[in-house]
Amino acid sequence: MNLSMKWLSDYVDIGSISPKQFADDLTMSGSKVEGYEVEGAAISNVVVGKVLSIEKHPDADKLVVCQIDVGEQQPIQIVTGATNVVVGALVPCCLDNATLPDGKKIKKGKLRGVVSQGMMCSLGELGLTVNDFPYAIEDGIFLIQEDCNPGQDIQSAIGLNDTSVEFEITSNRPDCLSVIGLARETAATYQLPLTVSYPTVKGCGDDIKNYLKVEIQNPELCPRYTAKVVKNVKIQPSPRWMRERLRASGVRPINNLVDITNYVMLEYGQPMHAFDLKYVKGNHIIVRNAKAGETMMTLDGIDRIFGPEMLVIADEESPVAVAGVMGGEFSGIMEDTNVVVFESANFQGSSVRMTAKKLGMRTDASSRYEKGISPESTMECVLRACELVELLGAGEVVDGVIDVDYSDKTPKTVAFTPDWINQFLGTDISEEDMKKTLLSLGFQLENQIITVPYFRVDIEHKADIAEEVARIYGYNRIPTTALTGISRGVVTPQQKFERAINDTMLSLGCFEIMTYSFISPKYYDNIMLPADSQLRNSVVISNPLGEDTSMMRTTTIPSMMEIISKNYNNRNPHLWAFEIGNEYYPIETQVLPKESKKLTIGLYGNDADFYTLKGMTDTLLDRLCVYEIDVQPCTTHATFHPGRCAVLVKDGREIGILGEIHPKVCENYSVGTKVYLAKLDVEALMELSNAKKTYHALPKYPASVRDLSLVCDKDLPIVQIEKTIQQAAGKILEKVELFDVYYSEQLGQDKKSVAYSIVMRSSEATLTDEEADNAVKRILKQLEKIQVFLRQS
Amino acid sequence: MKNMLEQIKHTAVDALEHCSNLKFLEDLRVQYLGKKGELTQILKQMGKLSAEERPVIGQLANEVRAKIEEEISVRMKQLKEEKLQNQLQAEKIDVTMPGKKFDIGKKHPLTLVMDEIKEIFLGMGFDVVDGPEVELDYYNFEALNIPKDHPARDTQDTFYINDNVVLRTQTSPVQIRTMEQKKPPIRMISPGRVYRSDALDATHSPVFHQIEGLVVDKNVTMSDLKGTLEMFVKSLYGEDSVVRFRPHHFPFTEPSAEMDVMCFNCHGKGCRICKGEGWIEILGAGMVHPKVLQNCNIDPEEYSGFAFGMGLERVVMRRFAIDDIRMFFDNDMRFLNQF
Repeated sequence: MNLSMKWLSDYVDIGSISPKQFADDLTMSGSKVEGYEVEGAAISNVVVGKVLSIEKHPDADKLVVCQIDVGEQQPIQIVTGATNVVVGALVPCCLDNATLPDGKKIKKGKLRGVVSQGMMCSLGELGLTVNDFPYAIEDGIFLIQEDCNPGQDIQSAIGLNDTSVEFEITSNRPDCLSVIGLARETAATYQLPLTVSYPTVKGCGDDIKNYLKVEIQNPELCPRYTAKVVKNVKIQPSPRWMRERLRASGVRPINNLVDITNYVMLEYGQPMHAFDLKYVKGNHIIVRNAKAGETMMTLDGIDRIFGPEMLVIADEESPVAVAGVMGGEFSGIMEDTNVVVFESANFQGSSVRMTAKKLGMRTDASSRYEKGISPESTMECVLRACELVELLGAGEVVDGVIDVDYSDKTPKTVAFTPDWINQFLGTDISEEDMKKTLLSLGFQLENQIITVPYFRVDIEHKADIAEEVARIYGYNRIPTTALTGISRGVVTPQQKFERAINDTMLSLGCFEIMTYSFISPKYYDNIMLPADSQLRNSVVISNPLGEDTSMMRTTTIPSMMEIISKNYNNRNPHLWAFEIGNEYYPIETQVLPKESKKLTIGLYGNDADFYTLKGMTDTLLDRLCVYEIDVQPCTTHATFHPGRCAVLVKDGREIGILGEIHPKVCENYSVGTKVYLAKLDVEALMELSNAKKTYHALPKYPASVRDLSLVCDKDLPIVQIEKTIQQAAGKILEKVELFDVYYSEQLGQDKKSVAYSIVMRSSEATLTDEEADNAVKRILKQLEKIQVFLRQS
Repeated sequence: MKNMLEQIKHTAVDALEHCSNLKFLEDLRVQYLGKKGELTQILKQMGKLSAEERPVIGQLANEVRAKIEEEISVRMKQLKEEKLQNQLQAEKIDVTMPGKKFDIGKKHPLTLVMDEIKEIFLGMGFDVVDGPEVELDYYNFEALNIPKDHPARDTQDTFYINDNVVLRTQTSPVQIRTMEQKKPPIRMISPGRVYRSDALDATHSPVFHQIEGLVVDKNVTMSDLKGTLEMFVKSLYGEDSVVRFRPHHFPFTEPSAEMDVMCFNCHGKGCRICKGEGWIEILGAGMVHPKVLQNCNIDPEEYSGFAFGMGLERVVMRRFAIDDIRMFFDNDMRFLNQF
């Protein structure tokens, strides 16, 4: 909402308060100012000049030399190519060093050898259009027909000196989308008087009944329809003051009748519409629901097709306007319009909103109706329009008014509770000051009952009253206090567990990343998810921005792969990253999907290999106190290399997967290096975490260490050897550690050598060599059963 | 014999003086004091001496031995010291060469600041509560006093799953869920991801993070709201931060406010960072709307409360002078490594 400060001054006199101060004060009392613009501020050194003489340029056919009176003792000389300048004309005249709104600077100089001390301007050069001065022409010098004198600043001469303040009005205050609404806020802010007088219309006799009938078929969607008729209208430009105010409000002047409807809407916030009566067939206005498939061309020249839920203004045959949105192309005001109907109606906000949305046309009127306008204002506004018709001499106002009114007239009331308000705000504002504030905002008060003014559709509860009091009192004058009572801030065990994961992953050298939770269905193909995979059943967004945001992921793997791909293709040599993020699985029997947190780890570069990743997950599990997890080879997960993938299993339950990404998947992501990825279920890890610690006494007796070099089949999983050693050694085994694996021709093609360091210790005495050797013998005997033998060196 | 002893003493002292390493020193010790050493050989002949001579020579011999032993010990100290000095000299390295780096990961900048904000509120006794991201329309809107045709829904461009399910546009639904489950006193924050159908550009992202907070108790006032949020801002931005509260509108609070902090750069004069306003908007807040309390079966006559909410990305962008919100979700290593 752009507010003309000149217009504001009709209703409240703010004296010498500067625009900056005004902006700050209104912002702090609840009407946020986005900025303000002083018209003509970008223009300097441009004055009114009077053309004294015009002579031919001695050396140029297309130029003339003018002497111009600019209010100085001596006239100045200007060379111009313009052809519409005449002697005696008043023109905007740039003096030496003048600035124009487009930033252009004018300096004196010579044109074809003749001195030119300035420049005469067109409307365009002053930042104006013919809508602002309809008597002027577009191409050529602006010949001023205003009452002004040579030498006068152009701004004051043509009324380009208003200040336009831009407000950001919140959706609860449609009343402030009007000059009077903001004037009321201004008056309350500064505790100044507000003067709004009820419009008076003289009338020309005659009777509106001779012209028009109005019928509302759906009072729910149209609670009130008020109309006046004006005859013998004279369509012409509006006077300058009206054009200036419209311009400062950001509305283009058109003609007197259209300008009046816009002027009243800006002034009161009530949308108005004007019909040419001769196009209202049967002189009968019917407010009704459209028939399915009914069409009409709107003012913007587009054919609209209506649905039966939309409300239209129709004559006896067809629609002439979309109620509250836009008028019809063929019933609008034309040059030959003779009798005009002014419509000032009230339509239900949600209905207008739905219609505007479905037709894809948001208008100034529709956005006002959507926010909710009181039916009370229709009468005052239609009268104001007629008052302006008479003021402008734009036609003769027919006596009588049509007012079909189904609206609820009961005013809203709220109890006045000064003590509660002070308690609620933490303030000590006197009852008198509260009353003053409420009265200045248009509330009425009797016997501690507040009557809410009709235009305040937002007020319902005593908390709303508290806000009115607080904002005019000043939020910054409310004291600041600390909360009382004790309270401990609780972090849930889940949050603590996640933090432990996060900390561990950081210390393992991984960077935390954050990815989008939605993906495109194509991403499932990229990770080669089988066509019949359950995971392709995703939560789908019904109004996505695009395919990439069309569904919620059921797996975090593509998100990690995207980031790996971006980094790889940005030539980052390595990326070790992790994310704790949600997967979303639709559950048939439930309205909401299951959201499941996963830890996803992704590695490439920096010498990462499968065992780097496995070492990481092993360390993490240990840190999280998740013990005795089985690692089983997995050849079936299509995203992973079939020979380099494992699942983490505990008691038959899969809690995670890790492995090298399948080369084809890497190719899908344009990644030309090996990628390692793990995904673990956070909830499962937390369930398995056994963080209860008990101290074990440090060993008193020394350990016996034996190294064993073994030979076995190449394909024998190491884990089997380890398990065998553990079982065979018994309770004296403290640690078994693999320290070497190698393959050689000597061993044979299908053999491998593995070397273990076996640490044994008793808690009761120093182990004798014999005891240790016996243990080794037991181990070797058991190993032989799985074809593992001591290496003969 | 006396002469011989004197001779030994002289040659020994002389030899020790010229001895230049520890091995020679050991050789000399053996040569003079060893079992077959020169001094020992002489002492073996003591038996041949007369009874008068024996104590005199004996004493002399002891003196000579003591002298040699002392000289050896002095020399040993010197040589050891020399050797150490040489070693230290030889071991000199270029300490300006780069150290061996340890690769540890770094938190995402959003987490870095989110954790800081959580800590501040935990310190003020606020619980940290999580909730679903795919949420019922009821919790995201209706319970928050935003019915289906409310104009405020337009300003929050919502991703819908169906008519009743949305991607939450704010973390306020967590507050509703909390109020339904727990009776006051309530002091909580709900940090997390939220979704709006804003096309991705330098300042908009369809996914971003919010931290919202809620306090409900008997006699909670607007001055408590101001005090709490001012304390928060001072913890986050420093004790000298200046804040102001400006009236605003949210459907779920009444009165509603926005809190601005005075621009850190220009201190209120107006500059590029604060877009000439002198103030930077930090968060929205207000007293919980009585209808919202009622929706959660909390009697607004008995209890009152305040709520607030802020976007994380903008705070982090300002802190690190990041000018493009997309950087957070691109996760380029060169970006992540800077924090």
